[in-house]
Amino acid sequence: MHPFTLERPRDLGTALGSGAQSGRTDASVEYIAGGTDMVQLLQEGVLRPNRLVSLAGLLDHRIEMNDRGLRLGAAATMADVAAHPAVVQQFPVIAEALLASASPQVRNQATMGGNLLQRTRCPYFRDVGYTACNKRMPGSGCAAIDGDNRWHAVLGTSDQCIAVHPSDLAVALVALDATLEVRSANGQRTMALTDLHRLPGDTPHIEAALQPGEAIAAIFVPASPAARRSHYLKLRTRASFEFALVSVAVALNMNGQRISEARVALGGVGTKPWRVPAVESALSGMTLGSADVRTAAMRASQGAQGRGYNDFKIELMQRAIVRAIETAGARA
Amino acid sequence: MSFDPKRRDLLKLSAVTGGVLAMSDVWPDDAEAGQAAATQAASAADAQDVPEPIDVVLRVNGREHRLALDPRTTLLDALREHLNLTGSKKGCGLGQCGACTVLMDGKRVKSCLSLAALADGRDVTTIEGLAPGGPLHPLQTAFIERDAFQCGYCTPGQIMAGVACIEEGHAGSADEIREWMSGNICRCGAYDNIVAAIQDATRVAAPARKG
Repeated sequence: MHPFTLERPRDLGTALGSGAQSGRTDASVEYIAGGTDMVQLLQEGVLRPNRLVSLAGLLDHRIEMNDRGLRLGAAATMADVAAHPAVVQQFPVIAEALLASASPQVRNQATMGGNLLQRTRCPYFRDVGYTACNKRMPGSGCAAIDGDNRWHAVLGTSDQCIAVHPSDLAVALVALDATLEVRSANGQRTMALTDLHRLPGDTPHIEAALQPGEAIAAIFVPASPAARRSHYLKLRTRASFEFALVSVAVALNMNGQRISEARVALGGVGTKPWRVPAVESALSGMTLGSADVRTAAMRASQGAQGRGYNDFKIELMQRAIVRAIETAGARA
Repeated sequence: MSFDPKRRDLLKLSAVTGGVLAMSDVWPDDAEAGQAAATQAASAADAQDVPEPIDVVLRVNGREHRLALDPRTTLLDALREHLNLTGSKKGCGLGQCGACTVLMDGKRVKSCLSLAALADGRDVTTIEGLAPGGPLHPLQTAFIERDAFQCGYCTPGQIMAGVACIEEGHAGSADEIREWMSGNICRCGAYDNIVAAIQDATRVAAPARKG
């Protein structure tokens, strides 16, 4: 590990004044919370901050539910959120996405904020033995585009980077229109979760739209009938403890067998959590079980670009959407 | 660095026994001098780079330990290298294998993914603290009776994860156990017997919990 000093501030204000920068590979000051991804990145030499600022004990870890919706403190662990009765009953897609993530041990350690800010699992990013990775070393190239890209993105890519965003939680939350409470030394702002992650474009080393010192303090998920009839489908090469090849978060508002409102987001295929409004609008008014659902799902692949080994994802995501919708729709 | 003397010894030995080295123009003394200079330079750079130690209080198996650690020290390395609790194993060091599993405030975690300084003040239980001085924990007994290991390297982590799995109520069926034990890899493939051992221990634990 590159040498760093570890700061353990006693209050949040001090931490926010540190200038720690989340979501940038070249940051010299970084936050650490649950640490499950940060310690891996430090061990592998992918991140080499000079200062590490601990958020342990400084951020809210409560899980609260009221008429407006669900508020998840950024320090709430994946395990606690997944097991919370309000989440299980009112937002099953969140609980399912979390339980399909990582391992029981990691879920006891990892936090909500850290989960959203975890870095891609692209092996060319994670292994410093590879010299070409624009996300790790801007301008060095992308080894994945002509490499082993079975795991990589087909949506939102650029000729600089095709790394996939790995969070299951973020996919579920994007489908439910979650917003973030972001704190800084100057105060607080609210941002839509869809605005947190940036497309790689020409700057794949800048992943999050957060300013120096800013930290995610809480996640807010508005209550909705669709959230109650929601489902997370994750397809992977192992049955457990594995990142998604393709995943789908679906939330439905039903009128009998007819879909009155659908929300659909995809994981494993995009460079960021990928909402598909074209599919959602097509699904509106459709009847469950009809062949039209497959036609609607085909819209998810608009603009998709395979790179060889990941071509299969383009059809797989359509099929996954159909199955996720039928599963969610069958729920009472 | 600990390999340097051995390499030097090997070079000397090679020279004495008639020189099996192909690079015969590299004489042992040259190699030694060059290596010593390199070692010196490296340690000077290291000395500059080594961060200030950080004070940490670790509560492990009911005992409190005051340590001054390099901030990069993981909880696993603190346990093994500083407290001589070598029961927790280092497999991958990246949270993928589960050999380092311990309980923190009663919950299972991967100690290789936790910085020791951030475990300050938390209650840590390792395999050594599972049944200190007394009869074995029912899951330890079950692992022996079910022959739930071959090489044994993953076993402490499997047992700590298994204890938590039972405590959490995630050991209701073989399928449930497999899902909730998926964070622990067994390279020998003793999975069937591990699942059976957890089922045995669950039956022992269940009446106790009701009482």
